[in-house]
Amino acid sequence: MKNISTAWLHLLNRSRLKPLAPIAGGAIALMLGGILLHVSGANPLQAYGVMFAGAFGGTRQLTETLLKAAPLLLIGLGMTIAFRCRVWNIGAEGQYYIGALCGSAIALTYPALPSLILIPLMLAASIGGGILWSGLAGLLHLYRGVNLIISTLMLNYIGILLVQYAARVPLQQPDGFLPESAQFGDNAQIPTMLGTRLHWGFGLALLLVGAVYLLLWYTPLGFQLRAVGSRLSVAKCVGINTSRSILIALTMSGGLAGLAGILEVSYTYTRLKGDISDSYGFSGILVALLGQLHPVGVLIAAVLFSGLMVGAQSLNVVLQIPASVAQVIQALVVLLVLAGQAIARAKRDDAIPLVAHDG
Amino acid sequence: MPWEQVLTGSFLIALLTAGIRLAVPVLLAVLGEIITERSGVMNLGIEGIMLVGGLAGFVTAQTLEQATGIASLAAWVGLLIGLLTGAAMGLLMAVLTVTLKTDQVVTGVTFVLLGQGLTSYIFRRATGLLGARVTGLQSWAVPGLSTLPVAGDILFNHNAIVYLTVALVVLCWLLLFRTHWGLELRAVGENPAAADTSGLRVQTIRYLAVMVGAALAGLGGAVLTVVQLNIFTEGIMAGRGWIAIALVFFSRWHPGGALVGALLFGIADALQYRIQALGFKALPYEFLLMLPYVLTLVVLVWGSRQSNTPAALGIPYSKGKG
Amino acid sequence: MSDDREDSNQTAVEMGRITKRFPGVIANQAIALDVKAGEIHALLGENGAGKTTLMNLLCGLYEPDEGEIRIFGQLMRFRSPKDAIAAGIGMVHQHFRLVESFTVAENIILGQTKGLWRDSPQRLHAHLQTLAHQYSLTLDFTARIWQLSVGEQQRVEILKALYRRARVLILDEPTAVLTPQEAQDLMATLRHLAAQGTAIIFISHKLKEVMALCDRVTVLRDGQRVGTVAVPQTTEQELAQMMVGRTIKRQRRTDPPERLPQTEPALILKQLSVMGDRQHLALRAIDLAIYPGEIVGIAGVDGNGQRELEEAIAGLRPFSQGELWRTGNLAHIPSDRYSMGLLTEFSIAENLVLRDVQHPPFQWRGLLRLAWIRKYAVDLVQRYLIRTPSVQTRAGNLSGGNAQKVVFARELTRHHQVLLAAQPTRGLDISATEFVHAQMVARRDAGTAVLLISTELEEILCLSDRIAVLYEGRIVGMMDGASADVHQLGLMMAGKTAVGHAQLADQTPSFYPAEADRRTRD
Repeated sequence: MKNISTAWLHLLNRSRLKPLAPIAGGAIALMLGGILLHVSGANPLQAYGVMFAGAFGGTRQLTETLLKAAPLLLIGLGMTIAFRCRVWNIGAEGQYYIGALCGSAIALTYPALPSLILIPLMLAASIGGGILWSGLAGLLHLYRGVNLIISTLMLNYIGILLVQYAARVPLQQPDGFLPESAQFGDNAQIPTMLGTRLHWGFGLALLLVGAVYLLLWYTPLGFQLRAVGSRLSVAKCVGINTSRSILIALTMSGGLAGLAGILEVSYTYTRLKGDISDSYGFSGILVALLGQLHPVGVLIAAVLFSGLMVGAQSLNVVLQIPASVAQVIQALVVLLVLAGQAIARAKRDDAIPLVAHDG
Repeated sequence: MPWEQVLTGSFLIALLTAGIRLAVPVLLAVLGEIITERSGVMNLGIEGIMLVGGLAGFVTAQTLEQATGIASLAAWVGLLIGLLTGAAMGLLMAVLTVTLKTDQVVTGVTFVLLGQGLTSYIFRRATGLLGARVTGLQSWAVPGLSTLPVAGDILFNHNAIVYLTVALVVLCWLLLFRTHWGLELRAVGENPAAADTSGLRVQTIRYLAVMVGAALAGLGGAVLTVVQLNIFTEGIMAGRGWIAIALVFFSRWHPGGALVGALLFGIADALQYRIQALGFKALPYEFLLMLPYVLTLVVLVWGSRQSNTPAALGIPYSKGKG
Repeated sequence: MSDDREDSNQTAVEMGRITKRFPGVIANQAIALDVKAGEIHALLGENGAGKTTLMNLLCGLYEPDEGEIRIFGQLMRFRSPKDAIAAGIGMVHQHFRLVESFTVAENIILGQTKGLWRDSPQRLHAHLQTLAHQYSLTLDFTARIWQLSVGEQQRVEILKALYRRARVLILDEPTAVLTPQEAQDLMATLRHLAAQGTAIIFISHKLKEVMALCDRVTVLRDGQRVGTVAVPQTTEQELAQMMVGRTIKRQRRTDPPERLPQTEPALILKQLSVMGDRQHLALRAIDLAIYPGEIVGIAGVDGNGQRELEEAIAGLRPFSQGELWRTGNLAHIPSDRYSMGLLTEFSIAENLVLRDVQHPPFQWRGLLRLAWIRKYAVDLVQRYLIRTPSVQTRAGNLSGGNAQKVVFARELTRHHQVLLAAQPTRGLDISATEFVHAQMVARRDAGTAVLLISTELEEILCLSDRIAVLYEGRIVGMMDGASADVHQLGLMMAGKTAVGHAQLADQTPSFYPAEADRRTRD
């Protein structure tokens, strides 16, 4: 037993094999998920087969997976920026909702604008909303010393409830019965790309993978954000404006979460409702972590997470096995990877606790 | 509908009575989280733990009630199982955050997703849970006191869990501030290095604190499903776990503050149900639901800065690195 | 405790031939120490002499590699501090281990309680009052730690140790953080404790205190025991000599080129006062002027305001009073490489551009010029003789000397008129030290104003053109580097005398350079 654990540690210690940690964690999580399936009377192999086919087994399935990956990818990219600067933004869910609200408000207020003007406006408004909502927590942190973890957490539910109110009262469809807005016009629905069912939002998210990569490793700003995340006291000592860096990292992640919100509303729901998220804000945090805070890793993790969700839906249809098994597997992967990394770090004995700056 | 028609005496009595009842599950979770955070560990997974405890308790109670027909016994055993399930999840949380020193924020968020996924899966997979009900606990009117006008109805005509929870607030306060255990628990959360040099076992105390906290969260979940709503559905906690975390900060890590905060939540919750039912438009119910979060933010912004926050909150402790 | 007086000649602590090695260093080499009950025994030595290691062995934090420890005659093996506490060893650390938000009483009883319920405060306080009275310690048991002065907090630590029935009390630099009055009170307390039979080990740098308080002195140097002397049979001069040794080589670097008469100071501190972290005045009205082409050394025992002086000049700490004038840029070699100077997770190349990455030539139109940065880094690695497999190596993987060279390379390559070097050779081996010294002299000769803050007296003597002595946040003396007297300097560092006030007055600048970068109270 000890040999196995040391071999496992050895594997984790080799930085070149670092990407293997999530893969190994994923394998164990699938095994545990298999046990859950087995105990509940299903055949795990058959179930995984159905899930895989449902997520990646054809163009239609793959498209669905990539579409669902878009919001996870956007939020995960934002979290990558924030966590690289060691800023604990766990308010992505609220920023996502507020982004959706701001974008929807534009779509509903100017229904007659041409698509080419309206959609950029909606996107800009959603990003602005996300920036505002995250920036609020940032300002409370910088000026009043309010713990970022708690303030972003509080703002999650305030944001969600604001959207529920907006969808029920001020933005509700005239003469409608349900708490939801009128359906967006075609001009407010984000167009698809080149004859596929993939919308341009996904293309934008892919572009942002490159952009975030560039930002973090090829610009002075990204360099400074990483420096602040690496050691705040050193960054301060070499003259980096650490408050500014924290605020930038926080609002960038907030803006991206807001963008994810309007894309989902515009394409998937085509109207503002009180329930527009599949816990994307929280899953996005895990996606960023699983992707090792690297944009390409985040892309892979987002596709895998969304593949699990989409595959689990066909599991539900074909074998009547509840789709929530996907969420269980996701959580297990993350817990196992966290544990593995923690053990490896303890062995290296340079454990730097991942606490927020005010921790 | 005008205010005068709503704010009648009987309405207020019913509102306060319901508010007290609705406060209980959250209050249990808050008390637990206060104990956990006083030891320096932040458990953000409360929502998930409440869900798992709530399901485990409900399934136990329902099965037992079917088998024995004794509703109260079934309910009590269900609550116990909810408590134990919570403690088990607390043990897992402690292994991760105390021993392995994984990040407490991410671990907590993952626990919520785990709890949501697991309970949803089991609920949908297990046939017969949909629409299943349990009887729960009967109200027990306190002899003498329950006949008092107004107060009798509001305070002294509840089920046993309500009285027990109030007792637990006092017990929690005694534990934290009147026993040596409480002193040691708080020392570990304030300055683990000092506690260590004073001969306290920091990691053991943190394990216990996380497990007790999670056990109370599991119990709170079971109280909601078994005793109050008598059913289980997906996402039945509806953010009560997050409310609990907010209220811990609102309470400034004090059981008395927890009581006040949980009552505020309970009354706001009861009010929003009624406002929705009455179709009362002047006050959107969403704003009532926001109240606990907004109040907590207000307390954090304008309260004296960081006083009472356990100084080592969220920071893992390694011997010799003090 | 009543029979303690009769045992006062008993040996309380006996450490025999203690050796402790750490990777690459022998911290303690065959050290013997004996302390009698009722004795106040000083442990004297410079930084790095091995005092702290020796005491950590005694209080159970480490186990010795060789040698034995006897407490009241009994052979001991401490596996943890708990064992040492049980054996009657009480340690008052330099950084107190107290729970700030707890009351005095709560801190004292923490971990020593029986039963579940706490005593009523009245009863507890009465109980503690008896104990405190026995040792003539006055404390408000209801006060919370954060409300107390440093001296009072120290008393809590002492009483905490006594509550645990400590028969041997170790105090690590106890007066370093105290005001003179508090130090007086502490000494009275310690005398009282000793009179009641407690063995006291008093770790200090300060000769005056040692002479005034202690019965015997053991001097350590370079991990070895120089000797143990009885205080009545020795003098401060002798102790100073034992402490710094006769080995200080006055290897003067080349003297500076003649200062041109019309040069103006590049750095001026005028009546600068700065608060420390504990909200005490860490620097008190410092006046200092440093001219281009000279090295001014700040000598002094650690904890006399060095850190605050460094941070104030580097702009990391606000002043509470006074002014600071500087011409041109500042190059800063920080006292703590890893919490101020280097990002261990970043590559050498990244660390080399850390300070100026947002400026050309490191960036062009918002993008980093990675090829340029790499070339620049390769060039600096060669020029500064940084031994590393590549410029992409993580800085955390470098040896201390090479890591320091990275900091030097980064800071000295910037255009600067003032070089602030704080403890620049701390933890470095001889060759790296040589390198660092050569760099500083080269900057000086090139016309930079150099301020060297160092607790290494040898380093100060070797490099400085002028030496200022920092003691309790004040500059207590200023002397010429070439002719400075080692013993005089040692005494001033120990707070013995304040001389050279006349010279000091000369240094107060009467004019301010017109283009100086002026920073006032912020």
